[in-house]
Amino acid sequence: MQYRTLLRGLLGAALGLQLAFTAPSQAQNTEVNIYSARQEALIKPLLDRFTAETGIDVNLVTGDGDALLTRLRNEGRNSPADLLLTTDAGRLYRAQEAGVLQPLGAPELDALVPAHLRSSEDYWIGLSLRARVIVYAPDRVDPEELSTYQALAEPQWKGRVCIRSSSNIYNQSLVASFLANHGEEETMAWLEGLVGNFARPPQGGDRDQIKAVAVGQCDVAVVNSYYLGGMLRSSEPEERAAADAVALFWPNQAEGESGTHINISGAGLTRAAKNPDAARALIRFLLTAESQQWYAETNNEYPVREGIPVSAVLSAWGEFRGDTLDVTELGQRNADAVMAMDRAGWK
Amino acid sequence: MLVIVGSLAGGYSPAWGHLVDTVLADYVVNSLLLMLGVGVGTFVLGVSAAWLTAMCEFPGRRLFSWALLLPMAMPAYIIAYTYTGMLDYAGPVQSLLRESFGWGYGDYWFPRIRSLGGAICMLSLVLYPYVYLLVRVAFSEQSTAVLEASRSLGKTPWQTLFLVALPMARPAIAAGISLALMETLADYGTVAYFGVSAFTTGIFRTWYGLGELQTAAQLAAFLLLFVFALFALGRYSRLRLRFHPASARQESRRIQLRGARAALCTLLALAIVSAGFILPALQLASWAFDDPARALEAPFLDLVGNSFMLAAMAALCCLFLALLLGYGRRLHPGRLETVAVRVSSMGYAVPGTVIAVGVLIPFAWLDNGIDSLAREWLGVSTGLLLSGSLAALVFAYVVRFLSVALQSVESGLGRIRPALDESARSLGHSPTQVLRRVHLPMLRGSLLTALLLVFVDVLKELPTTLILRPFNFSTLAVRAHELASDERLADAALPALAIVLIGLLPVILMTRNLSRGDNNA
Repeated sequence: MQYRTLLRGLLGAALGLQLAFTAPSQAQNTEVNIYSARQEALIKPLLDRFTAETGIDVNLVTGDGDALLTRLRNEGRNSPADLLLTTDAGRLYRAQEAGVLQPLGAPELDALVPAHLRSSEDYWIGLSLRARVIVYAPDRVDPEELSTYQALAEPQWKGRVCIRSSSNIYNQSLVASFLANHGEEETMAWLEGLVGNFARPPQGGDRDQIKAVAVGQCDVAVVNSYYLGGMLRSSEPEERAAADAVALFWPNQAEGESGTHINISGAGLTRAAKNPDAARALIRFLLTAESQQWYAETNNEYPVREGIPVSAVLSAWGEFRGDTLDVTELGQRNADAVMAMDRAGWK
Repeated sequence: MLVIVGSLAGGYSPAWGHLVDTVLADYVVNSLLLMLGVGVGTFVLGVSAAWLTAMCEFPGRRLFSWALLLPMAMPAYIIAYTYTGMLDYAGPVQSLLRESFGWGYGDYWFPRIRSLGGAICMLSLVLYPYVYLLVRVAFSEQSTAVLEASRSLGKTPWQTLFLVALPMARPAIAAGISLALMETLADYGTVAYFGVSAFTTGIFRTWYGLGELQTAAQLAAFLLLFVFALFALGRYSRLRLRFHPASARQESRRIQLRGARAALCTLLALAIVSAGFILPALQLASWAFDDPARALEAPFLDLVGNSFMLAAMAALCCLFLALLLGYGRRLHPGRLETVAVRVSSMGYAVPGTVIAVGVLIPFAWLDNGIDSLAREWLGVSTGLLLSGSLAALVFAYVVRFLSVALQSVESGLGRIRPALDESARSLGHSPTQVLRRVHLPMLRGSLLTALLLVFVDVLKELPTTLILRPFNFSTLAVRAHELASDERLADAALPALAIVLIGLLPVILMTRNLSRGDNNA
């Protein structure tokens, strides 16, 4: 008995709350609703500028990519979200597979973004580039010794390599690209060698790996370049000092090599979108030369469009050749990559 | 809850074979070690703190009796960040050591903070207040007559502690430790940051990395079964233990400590509070005010208001439900009621994200169902009514934190002798009147404790908030997490500090009440 009364009470309260807290807006295409795996602080200023230019309001929920995807999937056709923004291609591919996205329908954008950085079926498109690089301690490592990710598995690096946990998506994508470029056997051999060379059990984030190189706990580390950029521009003197103590190396640049591993942050139009035109307008805005430059600079990432000038910090690292592997493959092979890392004992 | 357990019935994907072959044993062993460590840690810290402040008199006792609660306001993942910042190889402590002695890497031994042991320390430091709080109430409500009888029979204070006071406080100790252990099992932030592969990291790895939500839900279901077993064990062990204070409480007489022993007590209490609160808070403050301009940037008051409102709403809902369930079980101690109480309180041990998904699925299903009906019959779309509303969020909090309120309310109700109910009933009161006129006044301390615990927990809560919140709605915990997950610890310090400070309000409120209780006694 009590439970029934309780249930009624709860439902009543829920409806009351619902009425109190949501102001339904019926007008179409005067707003865009975004589920974003990219953090508010890193994207909000650009969205505000979009609103100022177009008069279209932007509503934002940020969160973990997979959690947002689960929400999107369960809300189904009634989902309020128009755009899904993620910080890796794997999640976008997963959303595409789950059937919650629809083709973008903006063919004019294809000319701006290289083919391997967007879905071949038009489900999503890259907005910025993130590169996974090697940092080293210049006082202990001669850059001549460095060449490729593969070489880090060689015996001369025993006890000298720092890298974060295999639960991290950047490592998963890196291994997925290996599976795509080199096949399973070679990848396993590489993983086993690499794990054997770890200076310490994987722990902390990418900035922690950079700090570990700076203080001498290890000699090389594999990290995403924008973390180094963020540290160089940090307001903390210790962070800047650590970043100044290391140098960046672009791996796999030689002729015949795959190029440096890259991933994208990108966006897809949801199938349930109520404001598809406004959503398209936002993607177009994010791909203008000006936004590209600002977006890349704020995040210390690289623009997806070619010929966009980069910040002083980034241009000091020089040019690099990125892997031209279709980023869709990173999503397709993600689970295989995790299993391979489990087998190799990468914690 | 049912959604998660229901997943067990679903198909088992090949991913299971892989997990069993490679990493599952690791998850289980690490989680068990973690629980063992945190269990011992919270017991030692919590019980000794409670004994000292409830039973002994030493300089600063009054201050420490509430200061010892402070670590509760500190989220585990935040304390993990601060200690890593201080004690890691690249941190100031080790750098200073290296500079002073001219050491390099590998020349000396220093405990590795990011390890299983480190995780145990961090979690024990912030979780012991649960034990402390419940045990302290139990100690101070113990009839002093019993303790004095023990003393007069020639037992030393130590013997009295171990032979009389501790066994009598067993229900409270068990309740406190089981709360701490459930929180340990649900913890993700700390173990993930420390690179300890525990069960929760496994759940997320399976979900995010392998893309196997189903398998992840099954892992979570096993976690639940495990918790259930733990509960059953705890219940069984104190099945026949019922301690009701025999009579009206007398003037409680604390043991007067003097000289070195008193100083030792003060130092001990100071050490616990420093490690659990003062040091990390100072570190946060030094990060936060490094660059004071940052403080003025964010629309900070909104965040504070949102956090406060959510926490207050969830705390009230939890309290109401806990009272309903606890009292219902007292009136009708049937099997069904007991099971209902147990099941509804297990949410605490489940990682927030899993709860969020468990709430998301039925709510979205219900909403879409209503919408389909409305489209069919009325030709209009109702859209999503509940999903993505604050109501869904508060509901999820209740699922997750009901246990906290329930433990406190139940242990409070347990200390009220059934004879009181009976006499009140025999005087012609209805059960509701008994609750209102007899129990509620007597339960005030327990109810306030329950309210406080849930409030602070919701304030710190992260993953559920992150997924279920409506558009453009943010809290302090979300802001702190976003910055911290971008590895901008210094920027995250300000919202983290704000969480800690707001968390302090109810702590202070409640301690006032506690000490008033002390004075009346």
